[in-house]
Amino acid sequence: MSTAATNPVPGPPPGAAKNRIGLTQADYKGSKSTLCPGCGHDAITNSIVTAAFELGLEPHRLAKLSGIGCSSKTPAYFMSRSFAFNAVHGRMPSIATGVHVANRELQLLGISGDGDTASIGMGQFVHLIRRNVPVAYLVENNGVYGLTKGQFSATADVGTRAKTGRVNEMMPIDLCALAIELGCGFVARSFSGDPKQLRPILKAALSHRGTAVIDILSPCVTFNNHEGSTKSYDNVKEHDAPLHDVSYVPAHEPIMVDYAPGETREVRLFDGSRVTLKKLDHDYDPSDGMRAMVTLRQAREEGKFVTGVLFANPEKPAFDREVGMVEQPLSSLTLEQVRPGRSALQEIMTSLRTGAGAPVSAGGG
Amino acid sequence: MNAPTPNRVNEFNLHVATVNGSGSQTANTTLLRSIFQMGVPVGGKNLFPSNIAGLPTWFTIRVNEKGYLARQKANDLLIALNPETAAADIAAMGPGSVTVVNEGIPLPAVPADRTVHVVPLTKLVEPIVPDARLRKLVVNMVYVGVVCHLVGIDPEEVDRALAAQLGRKQKALAVNREAVRAGLEYARANLPTAPFRIERRTLTDGKILIEGNTAGALGAMFGGVTFVAWYPITPSSSLAEALQNYLERYRKDPTSGASTYAIVQAEDEIAAIGMVLGASWAGARSMTATSGPGLSLMTEFVGYAYYAEIPAVIWDIQRIGPSTGLPTRTSQGDLLTVAFMSHGDTKHVMLFPSTVDDCFKYGMTAFDLAERLQTPVFVMSDLDLGMNVWMSEPFDYPEKPWDRGKVLSDEEVARLGKFERYRDSDGDGIPYRTIPGQKHPLAAYFTRGSGHDEQARYTESSETYPRVMDRLSKKYDTARRLAPGPVIDRAPRSNVGLFCYGSTAWAMEEARDLLRADGIETSHLLLKAYPFHPDVRAFVESCERVYVVEQNRDAQMASLLKMDMPDLAPRLRSILHYDGLPIDAVSIVEGVRSLEREEVSVR
Repeated sequence: MSTAATNPVPGPPPGAAKNRIGLTQADYKGSKSTLCPGCGHDAITNSIVTAAFELGLEPHRLAKLSGIGCSSKTPAYFMSRSFAFNAVHGRMPSIATGVHVANRELQLLGISGDGDTASIGMGQFVHLIRRNVPVAYLVENNGVYGLTKGQFSATADVGTRAKTGRVNEMMPIDLCALAIELGCGFVARSFSGDPKQLRPILKAALSHRGTAVIDILSPCVTFNNHEGSTKSYDNVKEHDAPLHDVSYVPAHEPIMVDYAPGETREVRLFDGSRVTLKKLDHDYDPSDGMRAMVTLRQAREEGKFVTGVLFANPEKPAFDREVGMVEQPLSSLTLEQVRPGRSALQEIMTSLRTGAGAPVSAGGG
Repeated sequence: MNAPTPNRVNEFNLHVATVNGSGSQTANTTLLRSIFQMGVPVGGKNLFPSNIAGLPTWFTIRVNEKGYLARQKANDLLIALNPETAAADIAAMGPGSVTVVNEGIPLPAVPADRTVHVVPLTKLVEPIVPDARLRKLVVNMVYVGVVCHLVGIDPEEVDRALAAQLGRKQKALAVNREAVRAGLEYARANLPTAPFRIERRTLTDGKILIEGNTAGALGAMFGGVTFVAWYPITPSSSLAEALQNYLERYRKDPTSGASTYAIVQAEDEIAAIGMVLGASWAGARSMTATSGPGLSLMTEFVGYAYYAEIPAVIWDIQRIGPSTGLPTRTSQGDLLTVAFMSHGDTKHVMLFPSTVDDCFKYGMTAFDLAERLQTPVFVMSDLDLGMNVWMSEPFDYPEKPWDRGKVLSDEEVARLGKFERYRDSDGDGIPYRTIPGQKHPLAAYFTRGSGHDEQARYTESSETYPRVMDRLSKKYDTARRLAPGPVIDRAPRSNVGLFCYGSTAWAMEEARDLLRADGIETSHLLLKAYPFHPDVRAFVESCERVYVVEQNRDAQMASLLKMDMPDLAPRLRSILHYDGLPIDAVSIVEGVRSLEREEVSVR
């Protein structure tokens, strides 16, 4: 066997824990990260690895998709046994749409950034949500363009200062508020520095049948981690305002945590798994989109980052239902299934000969 | 009334000038089909504005016993219904022509050798249709009746053609029939017949009438398309829409009734091509259809598909550019854009359908080529071929299975014990691919538009990059022999070659006959694909002079030829046509004659 194979399959370390499909956590890893040491994105990558391992995802059933930017490089750093499509800048949603339609059995994990989504990719992001293409869409949001060395992105907060000293005066685009407005069925915000919250949210997003948007504040240690930046690690940590304690319960497991009645809210997902949200200071109802918008608006005015499951409507039908495709993935249809028979061509030729029932027309006019 | 002796049979052009949105389509289709049903070859060209209602539009029917269907500049019978253009329309008519003008339209002075009939078309329809709005539509059927009398179309054929179109709408059928009769009766009583007429033949037996876009859609369906993403743009929309109509009818799973395809109207052309690439990467037969401005938007993704080697079928129904240009006029102006579309070193495969039958065949061939070569394949049609009505032999059922190219199954990956996505194992430059969802742990790979090696790993290595690019060139050379070869007709005693591609073929065939009648024998090459097949070079080598005839300003095909065979460049001459109207035979003949004269005077 060639040692130069594309994806070397590492053997599990002796005695490593195995998940329900017999894989170890190492089986969910990728190649070594080339991002700056301490980058928030690497923390997210680690959370993805753990979440995928704990969920027992089958690597071949998941496709990793991304655009361009620091965040979009990260699919190389996890799950190397999964297929990946690192697309052009801002256009991952269209790739996701095509992949989903070709093979509805594939689970899609999209990794994007604030530049990739909120600026160049805004159009495709919006239409992905509108179609409700099943994809867990992660925005690794640091408020700057990292790969091009620190320009503001469209999620930069008003008054935040760049490393160069420039101050942003323009309103940030709140991707969560936008997603809720568009009727997205699962919208969450989290923080790369809070894996305890991020992991269950990732699991929930991967279990949701529809577009799931997670906006993850992920400080850029090189270009946006200084004093005066609202998206520095310290500032996010200080102003992180969790709405609830999030936990994820897989479909095959009973709820183990015992909460007092009225203390939790539960969201049931497509595959039978559940997200439980334990009340903190206030009760928060994730099915109330209006409330979510008000909460986001208030938080912005107070300079806080509300994190948790902001909105959930798991019942919304996903895109493949809208399109009306056969159950079998289109990619696996045989020639016999997709080439109409001789009689069909004959019928069409007759209609074109006689002019009856033919969609042929003389164009406009 | 006494008719003058008809002096021309089955050879004339009928030109109908109306206002866009006035509903003349049914009337024109009825005329076209009536003549077709009488066994006489016809072609229909719709010259329409970029507008829904109110601007001038023209429909021309060429009647030609010899089967010439290209546009001609001059018309013989004009129906002038548009007051705004009537003066210019009538002034353009030549000696011996006949014009029918609706009563009330001011007439220009007309020379004595041209006939003008003022006919009260609107008045004739008044008693039949009391509703004024409906009357505006039905008035068109009155001129159908008038034309029947003038050129001798059998009214029964009109009836049949109408019934075929309106069969299910009995009320509409009755009103339209009455309007035809009113026109016919008026004309019989008041007008002499025209000096050209229709005589029954059997030259259209078994044939069909179809637009290129519909033919392309049928080809895609029988080629097994499973995914279509598109964004509306003239003149390509009718391809996607025809495809949607046919798929809805013929591609439902017999048990579940669900679709064995998906068609998505994207938010723009960038998304359309992105969806096509995603679906194709994941194993679906995927295509899009667009035109110039849409292509410009697709550019970045097209370069990605070239470098990451993802199959895609892109129909380009060419219209006039640059920019918005003339959205409803025809052109062959996208060749250079497409041949090298996207930044960096890129080169693409193009197919050039010249007939509706080609459109049908290439609807399938394009998929086979794209999947075999793992690269975008462009089908370069144009507005003339795509949106106008062409006569053809019925299409043959495809006997060949599809070619899905070099795809490794899990079993094959297991047997090989390795998988290298971009390794040229066969020496033809074409690597093997796997399809997402395959279970073997070695089957997965990382697709990227950034620098990559044979194992699909990221690299900026200055050894690897040129190696990969050279392999892509090798693959491109493989395409030369895989794509359809040119159609060559060699005249043994001629050193003059004519070269064309796409819809120009129709005017070319007629031009060669005209030149032959004039004593100029020509060889001919009809190009079907780019990159050039080796026979193309051999053809140019065999001629002293080759006239490259094309419908753009910058001699785009000639430029590609000169790049490919610079040593033969001195043999190439260009005949160019770029006024937005389909090229005609006389333009080619005049071009060849004047360039040949120069040739002689230089000597």
